[in-house]
Amino acid sequence: MTALPRPLSRLARLRQSDLWWSFTHNRGAMAAAGLLLVLILSAFTAPLYVPQNPFDPAQLDLLNAEYPPIWAEGGQWPYILGTDTQGRDILSAILYGSRISILIGLASVVLALVVGIGTGLVAGYYGGLIENLLMRFGDILLSIPTILIAILVSAIVRELLPPALREVGAGGVLVLAIVLSGWVQYARTVRAQTAVERGKEYVQAAQLLKVPARRIMFRHILPNTLTPILVAATLNFGMAILTEATLSFLGIGMPASQPSLGTLIRLGNQFLFSGMWWITVFPVLQLCLLVVAVNILGDWLRDALNPKLR
Amino acid sequence: MIVFLIKRLANAALVMLAVALMAFLIFRFVGDPVQLMVNEQTTQAEKDALRENLGLNDPVAVQFLRFVGDAVQGDFGVSYRNQQEVMSLIAERFPATIELVLLATIISLVVGVPLGVYTAIHRGSWVSEGLQFLSIIGVSLPSFVIGILLILVFSVMLNIAPAFGRGDVVSLGWWTTGLLTPSGRAALILPSVALSLYQITLVMRLVRAEMMEVLRSDFIKFARARGVPRWRIHYVHALRNCLMPVVTMTAMNIGSLIAFALITETVFQWPGMGMLFIQAVTFVDIPVMAAYLCIVSFIFVALNTLVDITYALIDPRLRMARG
Repeated sequence: MTALPRPLSRLARLRQSDLWWSFTHNRGAMAAAGLLLVLILSAFTAPLYVPQNPFDPAQLDLLNAEYPPIWAEGGQWPYILGTDTQGRDILSAILYGSRISILIGLASVVLALVVGIGTGLVAGYYGGLIENLLMRFGDILLSIPTILIAILVSAIVRELLPPALREVGAGGVLVLAIVLSGWVQYARTVRAQTAVERGKEYVQAAQLLKVPARRIMFRHILPNTLTPILVAATLNFGMAILTEATLSFLGIGMPASQPSLGTLIRLGNQFLFSGMWWITVFPVLQLCLLVVAVNILGDWLRDALNPKLR
Repeated sequence: MIVFLIKRLANAALVMLAVALMAFLIFRFVGDPVQLMVNEQTTQAEKDALRENLGLNDPVAVQFLRFVGDAVQGDFGVSYRNQQEVMSLIAERFPATIELVLLATIISLVVGVPLGVYTAIHRGSWVSEGLQFLSIIGVSLPSFVIGILLILVFSVMLNIAPAFGRGDVVSLGWWTTGLLTPSGRAALILPSVALSLYQITLVMRLVRAEMMEVLRSDFIKFARARGVPRWRIHYVHALRNCLMPVVTMTAMNIGSLIAFALITETVFQWPGMGMLFIQAVTFVDIPVMAAYLCIVSFIFVALNTLVDITYALIDPRLRMARG
């Protein structure tokens, strides 16, 4: 009897995959991944080394207000990127703000994935009336510009919340708004793919074996629909961060007491004409770096997973 | 063809009805309209009378039908905030937004099409790789960031273009335009450039992809063999065959541009519909929000339907596939 080759560990399998090869042979993708890693790590380890907690009013000192960055004349250590008009250290504010932006982006993508994949699987697997209802609802959502949906949802949900919860719940409201405007795309992709897979023999075999429908959907069909979803989710992570920033910039997102990058840009924007450019420009820069890194990774992933381009 | 037309129009009407239902639900159930219209001295009897007068005691379905009937006639009620007719508020702001959006569309075509052709022809060259990279950055920059950076560079540092407002405008009947005065034209520059940047990258990428496809086809090879000048092959023979999708995308995107203009309008304090909407959102001025939602969605749906029908007129195969 010949011994079967031992199954490879997950790590070894990853290192032998085409995807890993394509990644290690694409400088742009590796640079973007490195940048993203640095941005995420710096955002989440910030409390360990930044000079102040910018969310804690007790740590702000008006005497330290309006310092320019350290290399400009009048810059003060340890305020490397300067301070705003309330003595808030810009670097600390940016790192804490990135943490909020990243968390909201991540939460909304994950939630939109769950809703979208669930809807798409159910619609594609059962077809008929359920499919029609779910997809028509999606069509209607798609026929309104997404930014409008996000603004309306966040404005209305905030209005419906009791006033005490509005500041605390701001993050949740934003996630809800982004999810509601974003899940349709996943649902459509998964539904189309599921409808194709449903007719294949392995699904029929599972059905004859009386495997429960839920298990067929999630264990058998879902893995075969994941590739396009993965690409869309990566690109949408960037989009979600942008949508959050836009809503916060418009004043219907994160409040000034727990500012995300968008809130920081909105607050700094008022001082653009008084020459204090650093209050706005550094959060803008951080936001752009974050989204550019995510988009470059997403672009690479789309090409690497596209069988036509191999 | 007639069946296709009817189906497509019915579909559009259904979507609009759903949007209207959404607007109505917001209008009816977010905050109590009566509470928002009265002051503290109003007695309970007066409130009840007002409630009856507004028809708020009728069944919800009847109220919805009335809402739709009024909306079709352009009556969206009275703004909670400044007691003006919502429709006249929006009509006042409408030209500013449309002017901005149309100018941005023109800029995106004038800049985006040549860039797309160039990057398709000189594929792999240093310049077109650079342009490709810039287009990723263009997609990644949110439009408010572009606006802020433009203001910082051209208004604060160089001081060559105004950063907010619409300048002087001239009224032509109910339409107002800034195109006829120097200050109006100057005020248009930065907002329209800010709004068009994202569109430019879209047009450029689309033209590039289409061009690369067309350049491989036989009639291009034949033109080359015949010795037609290169520029003529690229800009006449090939480009003409790529323009259809570009026109479609441009037409469809005008709707989303109107929606996205609200961000640009906020950054540049541009007195358009979008800024009206954002102000309404901050003051929870529901009638204005509902009206804006209906009007923008209507433009969006109408454009999409129009494009679909035009396509079906041109290409009979689509009538079967969609009908």
